[in-house]
Amino acid sequence: MNAPFQSIVTPASPRIMAERPMKIAAKDVNIHYGDKHAIKNLSIDIPDRAVSAFIGPSGCGKSTFLRAINRMNDTIPTCRVTGNITIDGRDIYDRAIDVVQLRAKVGMVFQKPNPFPKSIFENVAYGPRIHGMSQNKTDLEEIVVSSLKKAGLFEEVKDRLNAPGTGLSGGQQQRLCIARAIAVNPQVILMDEPCSALDPIATAKIEELIDELRQNYCIVIVTHSMQQAARVSQLTAFFHLGTLVEFGDTDEVFTAPQEKRTQDYITGRFG
Amino acid sequence: MTEIRSDFVAKRYAAERRFKYYGAGALVITALFLLFLISDIAIKGFPAFFEHRATVEVTIDPAKVDAAKPQAGDFDGIVKDAFRSLFPAAKSRADRKALGGLLSQGAADDLRDMVVANPALIGQTLKVPALLSDDADLYFKGMQTGLKITAGAGTLQIAQSGEEYVITGDTGDLREGQIIRANGGALRITKLEGSTVVAEAVLAPETLNTAVAGQWDMLTLSVKEAERRVNDKQVVWMEQLRSSGVIEKSIAWRFFTSGDSREAELAGLKGALVGSLLTVAVALLLALPLGIAAAIYLEQFAPKNKLTDIIEVNINNLAAVPSIIFGLLGLAVFLNFFGLPRSAPVAGGLVLALLVLPTIIIAARAALKAVPPSITEAALGVGASKQQAVFQHVLPLAIPGILTGTILGLARAFGETAPLLMIGMVAFIADVPQGFEDAATVLPVQIYLWSDLPEIAFQSKTAAAILVLMVVLFGLNAIAIYLRKRFERRW
Repeated sequence: MNAPFQSIVTPASPRIMAERPMKIAAKDVNIHYGDKHAIKNLSIDIPDRAVSAFIGPSGCGKSTFLRAINRMNDTIPTCRVTGNITIDGRDIYDRAIDVVQLRAKVGMVFQKPNPFPKSIFENVAYGPRIHGMSQNKTDLEEIVVSSLKKAGLFEEVKDRLNAPGTGLSGGQQQRLCIARAIAVNPQVILMDEPCSALDPIATAKIEELIDELRQNYCIVIVTHSMQQAARVSQLTAFFHLGTLVEFGDTDEVFTAPQEKRTQDYITGRFG
Repeated sequence: MTEIRSDFVAKRYAAERRFKYYGAGALVITALFLLFLISDIAIKGFPAFFEHRATVEVTIDPAKVDAAKPQAGDFDGIVKDAFRSLFPAAKSRADRKALGGLLSQGAADDLRDMVVANPALIGQTLKVPALLSDDADLYFKGMQTGLKITAGAGTLQIAQSGEEYVITGDTGDLREGQIIRANGGALRITKLEGSTVVAEAVLAPETLNTAVAGQWDMLTLSVKEAERRVNDKQVVWMEQLRSSGVIEKSIAWRFFTSGDSREAELAGLKGALVGSLLTVAVALLLALPLGIAAAIYLEQFAPKNKLTDIIEVNINNLAAVPSIIFGLLGLAVFLNFFGLPRSAPVAGGLVLALLVLPTIIIAARAALKAVPPSITEAALGVGASKQQAVFQHVLPLAIPGILTGTILGLARAFGETAPLLMIGMVAFIADVPQGFEDAATVLPVQIYLWSDLPEIAFQSKTAAAILVLMVVLFGLNAIAIYLRKRFERRW
């Protein structure tokens, strides 16, 4: 075991990192919930146009760190974030950064599909509308349709855009949430266990979608399923007890992990 | 492993069954009490929704009613004369007074309204229903005395000796206190001496002829004359009216269309209903926006610290403060300090607003809390500000719950009496209030006022007013339930 307050970051794998520009860089990040030290001295560089998966046992801090990337933790009064997280080189915890604009740039998809109890159209149109992204109704419709298309949902719902979003199946709801997130044209999409409430077929569809989306977005996905991490991600980070144990190419992390703890976890010896 | 003991299982099932019986028993007892209460009120209150009137032929004498100023006409005289003309034998002052006592003052008012609305009636003779007084009305509703009319069998000889009458003949069925109607008069039996009966005149008979079977009858009254509000003479008159078919029973719309009155048959609820409406409107206009704003701030925006904890505890405590304390506060602050008019809906509404504010805040907070945080997260996730998330997503979802709480709060305000007593809404007010600053009373206070009055007719009015109040409250609760069902959402 390493010292608990020191995270060991393996040098990012040359292959994947070199191919892509960096998007998110975190340095010496510590997150506290009241007395609980949830993330300890974490540093990580996440590349653009790739899927990075965070894996690790429950309570290891992977969701906490994910929510720090779009400052969702701000809503929790006892939560304290120190250190430095940058997106495209800009510190997102800087005073000059507007959290509302940050969240438009860093979209989020949650564990449980959470469409607004409004129509499918309104669900997707809400973001563009509050950000003033459309000049008129035609513009807005275009954004909604293209977002639904990108989320692979348009063909299934094109006849009932005014039907309530909550009436869709779980998988469709989750794709609706993805459409809602990409409607505001984000650069990063954070996904917090997006498939944990879905059946295998819906999961397969979401995974397919994630694979398509990585062409245009930086995607970070937290998952409990190691198979899912292996299927959809190019990079995998293993978290344990609030520290980042290992981060590298997914192939390597799963076939030849450099840390014993990683190996123990992926072979199912704990977790 | 040891066996599972089957007697333990049997015991558990027995306990479960027993508990079920206790629960059902408690429910039955509650239902019985409720049924008893409601049916008692309904039975008592139901007659108050009806009134009795006697059809009389009136002549709108131009000498008594000036066509230029019909309001000032002597309608009282016209109606009373017309009514007395039904009993030409009643000539003495006492008789005329007793006859007048059967008629309500409202009879003249009704006629006045009719003529003022249509002055062409002046000079004409027409048949109008004249409202009877509360005593006469109660008599016809059977609430003064029980009455049994037995047709006379046999022959009676009637002789006069001084003030008394002596009845002989087939007197076997006669009893003391009965009234014999014969020869156009009525005799009350005072003494039985064998087959000779001594009686006194209620109404002096016109002749002293022998009455054969079918020409006389006897009235048996279950309540003694001294214990009822109509005397025997009036009973005989009213029986004459009844048998001549001029008495009609109709729905007492004036119960809803007129204000309070000292005369039971004229007293209505309109003043109290309008007063309640105005008072509750003030309470609603104040408490709803304040309550919702406070709830949104406390639930969504307020920092979680000692101060907000204290505020929260105090709001909860405030909801449990006895309502009369709010009345004292209203008296000290709104009336004495701010100088608001006494007895007015505006002051009452302010007091009730304070009273229901904690209820509304608590209900609204619960409704806001019930909106799943995932909705807020979703809104924040696409870049909505906190305020946008609250007002565009959380609040619309919480509205049904907030409205339900508000309506239940209003139902409480509607039924509240004690605080309004303190600010003087307990006065006798005959006029229907025209605005927020007029003196007014409210429905529950009206019930309290009427319940205090000695007239029997007001007991029935009290019960009827309780029925109206209950209908209003049931209505409000029904709306609350409807809103909850209609807008309930599932996530």
